[in-house]
Amino acid sequence: MTDRAIETVGLVKTFGQQRAVDDLALDVPRGAVFGFLGPNGSGKTTTIRMLLGLASPSAGEIRLLGETMPGRIGAVLPRVGALVEGPAAYPFLSGRNSLHRLDAADPRSDPKTRRQRVDRALERVGLQAAAKKRSGAYSLGMKQRLGLAAALVRPRDLLILDEPTNGLDPQGTREVRNLIRALAADGTTVFVSSHLLSEIEQVCTHAGIMSAGRLVAQGTLDQLRQLGTRRITVQTPDASEAAAVFARLGLDPVDRGDHLEGELRDGLQVEDVAAALVGDGVRLRGLSASGQTLEDLFVALTGEGFDVRG
Amino acid sequence: MSAVETQRPARPFALLGSELALVFRRRRTWAMLAALALIPILIAVAVRVTGGPPSGRGPAFLASITENGLFVSFTALVVSIPLFLPLTVGVVAGDSIAGEANLGTLRYLLAAPVGRLRLLAVKFASIVVFLFAASLVIVVAGAAIGAALFPVGPVTLLSGDTIGTGEYLGRALLLVLYSTLSLLGLGAVGLFISTLTTVPIGAMAATVVAAGAAQIVDALPQLEALHPFMFSHHWFGFGDLLRQPIDWSGFQDNALLQLGWVVVFGALAVGRFTTKDVLS
Ligand SMILES: Nc1ncnc2c1ncn2[C@@H]1O[C@H](COP(=O)(O)OP(=O)(O)O)[C@@H](O)[C@H]1O
Ligand SMILES: [Mg+2]
Repeated sequence: MTDRAIETVGLVKTFGQQRAVDDLALDVPRGAVFGFLGPNGSGKTTTIRMLLGLASPSAGEIRLLGETMPGRIGAVLPRVGALVEGPAAYPFLSGRNSLHRLDAADPRSDPKTRRQRVDRALERVGLQAAAKKRSGAYSLGMKQRLGLAAALVRPRDLLILDEPTNGLDPQGTREVRNLIRALAADGTTVFVSSHLLSEIEQVCTHAGIMSAGRLVAQGTLDQLRQLGTRRITVQTPDASEAAAVFARLGLDPVDRGDHLEGELRDGLQVEDVAAALVGDGVRLRGLSASGQTLEDLFVALTGEGFDVRG
Repeated sequence: MSAVETQRPARPFALLGSELALVFRRRRTWAMLAALALIPILIAVAVRVTGGPPSGRGPAFLASITENGLFVSFTALVVSIPLFLPLTVGVVAGDSIAGEANLGTLRYLLAAPVGRLRLLAVKFASIVVFLFAASLVIVVAGAAIGAALFPVGPVTLLSGDTIGTGEYLGRALLLVLYSTLSLLGLGAVGLFISTLTTVPIGAMAATVVAAGAAQIVDALPQLEALHPFMFSHHWFGFGDLLRQPIDWSGFQDNALLQLGWVVVFGALAVGRFTTKDVLS
């Protein structure tokens, strides 16, 4: 048994000319809650489809829970719960019957315990009151919960959740986070994608950041925080003196007119710079640092623009 | 170790039960079966009201209805095979894979994992069961309305022999089987078309068009060489089952023909579906 829940090597998926997923080397340790981050269109869902054997890779290899995919699909996927590109159900069936149907799809799932497992999953996502309602009449948030319930109908070693908080209100988002925490506490590895870092940052132990089909960074959250370039900004009437201090500390000062910017390198801390400025009698109106948070790294790596890649 | 036991014996039929429940729980299915039941009722009422056509006009058996209500079943089947049954097969077969793709449930079935081959097999089995149910509904509704509106008695076969009501039931069941068999090829064509698209209505329409095209080819004298290969070629061949003794040769030819279509289009469906990316 390997200690990796998900491993990919050189994973590629092309759609025509476009490389939707480009040379991906995912490395998700067992027991991790791995945040798979990236803006819309960065290739998260396409990657997940390949992990689950829904789409075949144009190149590269996948190991899920130590087994090759898609070769060992029948042995692996019963241990993997999934939510892919939004939930789906049979609108003319009740939520409960939809789950029964999806559970019956795997010949290895035990029909004797099905009713109990389905009801337990519905309860876990807070849908028991609506279990008998036609799923076509569910709200978006209820459908999302039903999708999560489907992933939980059986005990899983790995959960792959594609944007599980889509369509949920803040309360629902919090519940999903709590659910992820509870599942992780039971030892389930959770691979959760999102285009919103803030929604999952609190629950993740690890993250990978996608940009235009490439995995531009991955590791524990602490490792990722080290990656960002930290910048310091000061506002001062004594710009030339401040620039001299910046230069002495090796900060490459950039004068932006109303403020001065520099890049913090080699473990140089914000407070050291502040002390040096004050020591030289530089009067400060404002001093701030950026790049310390994952959000800053996320923006730096994926861009802040609103435009989605074609 | 793993939280999930994976070495259990497989339950190959669990999904078939769920699939049949899915088909027969839908209002659409019942609406189609009700519409099919309406065909013998319309025929019987029309004959009753007008007193029946002179012998030799209208669809086969029509003229015999006034003497024996049991013939309503046969007449309704003759009327249904070229159009109404293919329509319903088009709906069920066309929807089989494309409908799941359209709902998005296909990706969850495959991630269960259902096994792509197994899903196709179960979908085809459910098409066959629906076909049987549809044919049965026509025959049963026909016998019921016939018995209600006309005298019922020993049935005179095409060969001139007479059989009792007990044996009539046997023959009626044979006709149901014949009708089911006749549409298997079309069902396989529909299943294949359904693997090509995520738009179920498109797959349904294409399947119905295929049924029409086959009958047109089968009717054009210029294409005579192709006639024996059209899946519709034996659609009206069930008269041989209404002779004494039964002439099985048509049944056998039809079975062979349908088997050929099922094998070819089943293989195409498997080839397509087991390799395709599910991106819906
Ligand atoms: N079926 C498809 N055909 C063509 N291009 C696709 C298809 N699915 C996704 N893509 C493209 O692949 C890229 C990645 O999409 P996706 O994996 O859905 O991104 P994400 O889930 O990160 O928002 C997008 O540019 C998208 O247009
Ligand atoms: Mg996506």
